[in-house]
Amino acid sequence: MSRETLINIALAAILLAVPIWAHFADEPFIITLSTKVAILALAGVGLNLALGLGGLVSFGHAAYFGIGGYAMGILASHAQDYTPFMEWPFVIEGTNQMPIIWLVAVVMSGLAALAIGALSLRTSGIFFIMITLAFGQMFYYFAISWTAYGGEDGVSIYVRNEFPGLNTLDAIQFFALAFTALMLALIFSSRIAKSRFGLALTAARQAEQRVETVGIKPFQLRLTVFVISGMITGLAGALMADLNRFVSPVMLSWQTSGEIMIFVILGGVARLFGPVAGAAMFILMEHILGGFSEFWHGWLGLVLLLIVLFARGGLIGVLAGKEKADG
Amino acid sequence: MSTVLILEQALNGLQFGVMLFMMSAGLTLVFGVMGLINLAHGSLYMIGAFAAAVVATWTGSFMLGLIASLAAAAAMGALIELVVIRRLYDRDHLDQVLATFALILILSEGTRYTFGSLPLYLNTPGWLSGVFDFGGGLVYPKYRLAIIFVGLIIAAGLFLLIAKTRLGIRIRAGESDREMIAALGVDISKLYTIIFALGASLAGLAGAMVGVLESVEVGMGEPVLILAFVVIVIGGIGSIKGALIGSLLVGMTDTMGRVLLPPLFSQFMPPVDAVPVASALASMSIYILMAIVLIVRPAGLFGGAK
Amino acid sequence: MAESVLAIANVSKSFGALKASDDVSLDLRPGEIHALIGPNGAGKSTLIAQIAGGLKPDAGAIRFLGEDVTHLDTVGRAKLGLGRTFQVSALAMEYTALQNAVLGAMGASGGIFRFFRRALSDQGLRDVAEKALARVGLSDQAGTVTSELSHGQRRQLEVAVALTLNPKAFLMDEPMAGLGEAGSKEMTAFLDSLRSEAPILLVEHDMDAVFTLADRISVLVYGRIIATGTADEIRGDPEVRRAYLGEAV
Repeated sequence: MSRETLINIALAAILLAVPIWAHFADEPFIITLSTKVAILALAGVGLNLALGLGGLVSFGHAAYFGIGGYAMGILASHAQDYTPFMEWPFVIEGTNQMPIIWLVAVVMSGLAALAIGALSLRTSGIFFIMITLAFGQMFYYFAISWTAYGGEDGVSIYVRNEFPGLNTLDAIQFFALAFTALMLALIFSSRIAKSRFGLALTAARQAEQRVETVGIKPFQLRLTVFVISGMITGLAGALMADLNRFVSPVMLSWQTSGEIMIFVILGGVARLFGPVAGAAMFILMEHILGGFSEFWHGWLGLVLLLIVLFARGGLIGVLAGKEKADG
Repeated sequence: MSTVLILEQALNGLQFGVMLFMMSAGLTLVFGVMGLINLAHGSLYMIGAFAAAVVATWTGSFMLGLIASLAAAAAMGALIELVVIRRLYDRDHLDQVLATFALILILSEGTRYTFGSLPLYLNTPGWLSGVFDFGGGLVYPKYRLAIIFVGLIIAAGLFLLIAKTRLGIRIRAGESDREMIAALGVDISKLYTIIFALGASLAGLAGAMVGVLESVEVGMGEPVLILAFVVIVIGGIGSIKGALIGSLLVGMTDTMGRVLLPPLFSQFMPPVDAVPVASALASMSIYILMAIVLIVRPAGLFGGAK
Repeated sequence: MAESVLAIANVSKSFGALKASDDVSLDLRPGEIHALIGPNGAGKSTLIAQIAGGLKPDAGAIRFLGEDVTHLDTVGRAKLGLGRTFQVSALAMEYTALQNAVLGAMGASGGIFRFFRRALSDQGLRDVAEKALARVGLSDQAGTVTSELSHGQRRQLEVAVALTLNPKAFLMDEPMAGLGEAGSKEMTAFLDSLRSEAPILLVEHDMDAVFTLADRISVLVYGRIIATGTADEIRGDPEVRRAYLGEAV
């Protein structure tokens, strides 16, 4: 077993053990923080597929995170007010059932990623970064001016949505949901990376011409991974909105895109558990640095700058050493 | 809708456009010559605004405030180029994005630490307050006219600089062939610092001038930065002409969309529904413009083939 | 005479005032090796790019297996069976030799959109890939990361990846470059045996290899084909001697 695998298992175990301990020690806040780590890591796992495997530097993943969040906010607020979401041409009711909300979140964010990806992937490099950032901002301004769902103030719901057979109001049970989603996404990611699709996609990042000469279209590979990536980040958005029982345009802002990217980078690009390590480190810094100084984002910036300039493998890179190419 | 209103809004669009040009000119030069994407360009805009607000309040002179904005943004630009940016030229775009994103966090929090979280205000100087009467019922604030005037002068100056001066020749040479220009014996690192500081000073000046219209606060730069990206995507990377045309297109589309779409939608929808739909659509108009340009010309209107 | 596998007819391409391809016609017949030679700057790269599908000609047509492929892109031509190797190795450097070869096998077999099974556990893909590696003599380097392969081994891997596609014709851009004397001999022998499988359009600077292998040779100078013929005909052609051989041999 490689050193990286051991680190991954240890990370998963810690993320599971801390909230269980907190549950018995009656520390609900720590369970909430752990849930937050799991959800943010899930958003990062989504981005890491596009960024790590596909080499697609998307600076607009807040769009999918926010669309997932708004899927929750919109459906749940209609269920809460007993008003249908739409009546014509057919009636769609709101819902407070998480599985339905998640499905809607994944489908809507996937569609958004399909549209944005189809346009942005016509370009590459610096253009791609600027375009994804700009389209992300488009959703942000759209949400602000969409007064039906609170505009700048967003949407609040009073009670967390339901999941069949679980009491989602119990912090540890909601954590279990988020943790399970994260683990499933990680398993899916690790399978993808070694599949035919993953092999071709990663080859397209390294040698685009080669992939074309063996008769594979890089565009199709990239668009596919971009959509899958958006879907996973969208699911994370729905969970995040349910954790906070609140969604607002902030979820769609460019800072959110930057933060999702930070999780991936702090942990280590293209490392399976990079986003988990990164999200945990981010939340820890928020609470430790945030305790010292209200200007903690500045210190975060300094840490990020030092990592980019001097420690490019991120946390897992430092711990596990150079990656092994074992396919 | 009256002609006067439309003319007035066209001037607003023009003013917004020249302001965007001052932001995007520096960005597009830095990309064209150094191949660098700089997210911290918005922070330089903010620094210019803060410098102007502090100096203008302190001395009572708006002009000194403007000079301070140029100087402060150029100095900060040169500083971050020397300390951070020059380590990034040979890195991939992801590293550039992350490092300059980190710079945004550092510069924003540093500014908030120094000046506090409350917005500062810059007053319109006395000699530019009031309106200018074009006749025919069209009156327009003198200050906004001054922004248009300054912006157009800067555009003309940049074109002259690039077409006629030694620095301009070097910039053009740097865009086409970096090794060539090193072979000609030009000190590249000095040239890069100068270009970066020049772009920074324009961003700072834009921030200072807009600071009179809006409040001067942390985070003011990034929304403008992202609009400047839209401009560059539309105009084509590295092209000053593209930046100018793109800026004016974006400025006009955004302004006109906000003014024209609500009455247009009211024609066939009840106003209660029309206004929110139209305003949501207006907020998306420039991104739709960008999408159309991408479909027709993926390299931008004035971008060379990639 | 059998019909040409690949036929380039009156192809022209200009970049501004520079005519990189000037009314170029040449063809590749079954079972032959047709070498394309020419001094640096003659427009060989531009011509190859047009044959492979990376560049669209301004005028003229390219037919492959009797089909007009002028408007097909690289992917479309690869799918029809055009196997290409690059002058500067275009390989996935982080991958092992085997992974690169499996990539080729995947392209040939289709079914890229499979997300769960490990590609390397697919015995069908592995067989194709390992066979191709064995044919170029790279079997014992299958597990080596490409960036750690020697220059010559990368050239061999280029050919192996092309082999996995089971192509109907090869387009090879300087497969001998940087191979050294022994390596060149081996590659020459290998290409010699390959021609019965599929004809090869060979762009090469190594004149020993060209004159040993080529059934026909075309000489490209300033974007124009100045002569096409057997090795002996080319050796004796006065225009070729003046324009090309005079300075290179």
